Amino acid sequence: MDSVSVATTFKKTLGEKGIIFMPISEAIQEHPELVRKYLGTVVPTTDNFYAALNSAVFSDGSFCYIPKGVKCPMELSTYFRINEGGTGQFERTLVVADAGSYVSYLEGCTAPSRDENQLHAAVVELIAMDDAEIKYSTVQNWYPGNKEGKGGVYNFVTKRGLCEKNAKISWTQVETGSAVTWKYPSCVLKGDNSVGEFYSIAVTNNYQQADTGTKMIHLGNNTKSTIISKGISAGQSQNSYRGLVQVSSRAENARNFSQCDSLLMGNACGAHTFPYLEVKNKSAQIEHEATTSKIGEDQLFYCNQRGIDTEKAIALIVNGFSKEVLNKLPMEFAVEAQKLLEISLEGSVG
Amino acid sequence: MLKIENLQASIDDKSILKGLGLEVKSGEVHAIMGPNGAGKSTLANIIAGKDDYEVTAGSIELNGQDISELSPEERAHEGIFLSFQYPVEIPGVSVTNFIKTAINQTRKAKGLEDMPAKDMLKMIREKSELLEIDRKFLSRSLNEGFSGGEKKRNEIFQMAMLEPKLAILDETDSGLDIDALRIVASGVNKLKSKDNAVIVITHYQRLLDYIVPDFVHVLHDGKIVKSGDASLALELEAKGYDWIKQELV
Repeated sequence: MDSVSVATTFKKTLGEKGIIFMPISEAIQEHPELVRKYLGTVVPTTDNFYAALNSAVFSDGSFCYIPKGVKCPMELSTYFRINEGGTGQFERTLVVADAGSYVSYLEGCTAPSRDENQLHAAVVELIAMDDAEIKYSTVQNWYPGNKEGKGGVYNFVTKRGLCEKNAKISWTQVETGSAVTWKYPSCVLKGDNSVGEFYSIAVTNNYQQADTGTKMIHLGNNTKSTIISKGISAGQSQNSYRGLVQVSSRAENARNFSQCDSLLMGNACGAHTFPYLEVKNKSAQIEHEATTSKIGEDQLFYCNQRGIDTEKAIALIVNGFSKEVLNKLPMEFAVEAQKLLEISLEGSVG
Repeated sequence: MLKIENLQASIDDKSILKGLGLEVKSGEVHAIMGPNGAGKSTLANIIAGKDDYEVTAGSIELNGQDISELSPEERAHEGIFLSFQYPVEIPGVSVTNFIKTAINQTRKAKGLEDMPAKDMLKMIREKSELLEIDRKFLSRSLNEGFSGGEKKRNEIFQMAMLEPKLAILDETDSGLDIDALRIVASGVNKLKSKDNAVIVITHYQRLLDYIVPDFVHVLHDGKIVKSGDASLALELEAKGYDWIKQELV
């Protein structure tokens, strides 16, 4: 097992505010009562196979606690890097924002290329207490396998957030790597007036497969969720959005807006959308929009004729397509994500 | 500037151009007219380098250089501009962002640095005023939801920004009302100089009232069958394309 978190923070500033941010292994030693109180409350060990596996063997991850009323003054970030070949990576992250607090958390994931497959089965639990807000951003670039589909990381992640009253959790992700991805960052909107957001760009190329989306569970009253999912497929890849909007019978006045857009490059790839709606309350307002488009030869020729070569034209078009989601990322992350999008689509012109 | 000799081209094994010849010198405006299916748009696309077409014989030279091996973007860097008949939409890419990218890519190809932001803004302001384009327009996604007139004005705006040596206007007048036509033509006329040339492709005489050609050519069945000055266009309008077909018989 191998989780090496390289924390990049300013411990002193955080300490002054009472913010706890440390590897989870340390947190278990230094703040056992806090960890015990919250760990496994959002994603119990029984949730799914990979969560059970993670719960049994997790080696590290991050623990973050923001005290009441504190706005974390900087973005917290950790970078996970899988080092060993043929291993499983089981990190466990727990972020607790106490009443009225705010934190923006960045997670970046890379892995060097390997021939064999590697497993990444992480669990992330977010708890936003009354009036608190958590922004969780991920840029994932695990090794996707080579052009023939050999090797690559299997990315099976369970991410879930719990919102109390007036709380808000936003998941923003840019996924460009992994051979196979299963990932549905979700929000349980337990408290009245709570808000859940999911912004995602998922890119697949060559033989990658991505099945990703979100679950928005509306339990409280006047809850609101927003889903914006952008899928880009190239090569022979398959890219699916799978999302659930669930409104319980006692959830009055729930609102959801979902937009799922797919961009196809070439003829051999696939884009699929599986929206699930389980609405058990008549006062709910649910909106869903979906578009599918293809980067056309005409668009590329138009760009060529203006002096823009095809690689650059694709970057331009993909960037335009993804802008809405990229704008949700903290600035430095957004720039990195943009470059990553370009690189992951290199050689996809055919 | 442009010299085409005996150009033969086909698409999907169907022969479209059957030995076309054309010479355009700097400072000149040439009009190419002809009935539907004659090959006018094919000619425009082939000069621009669209690879759907197969050139089976003949040559195209720009300033003495054979351009048949150059990619469309390389031809653009050499100064060729095509105003499309049906400009395509590119959602999410603003007009400003698109033209900035085009200009800087061309500069990069010539070994130049990106144009400084201040100069770019100044140029955008000047050229959009030239074509009576509202500033708000520039932040819209390229061609998305644009009316026919707005699309064509945007094409000429791009032409004004890129300052090409050879501009080919493919049926720029189609779908335009009188006012839009006037603005577009006035823009093109202001851009004309002794160092560049324009090829105007059109069905109708109307545009040529505003952009007065030095030469008019009639394209029929893949070849230029008749050439003359501006008065030829008037004659065509009066007599119709059938007159040309009869003349050839």
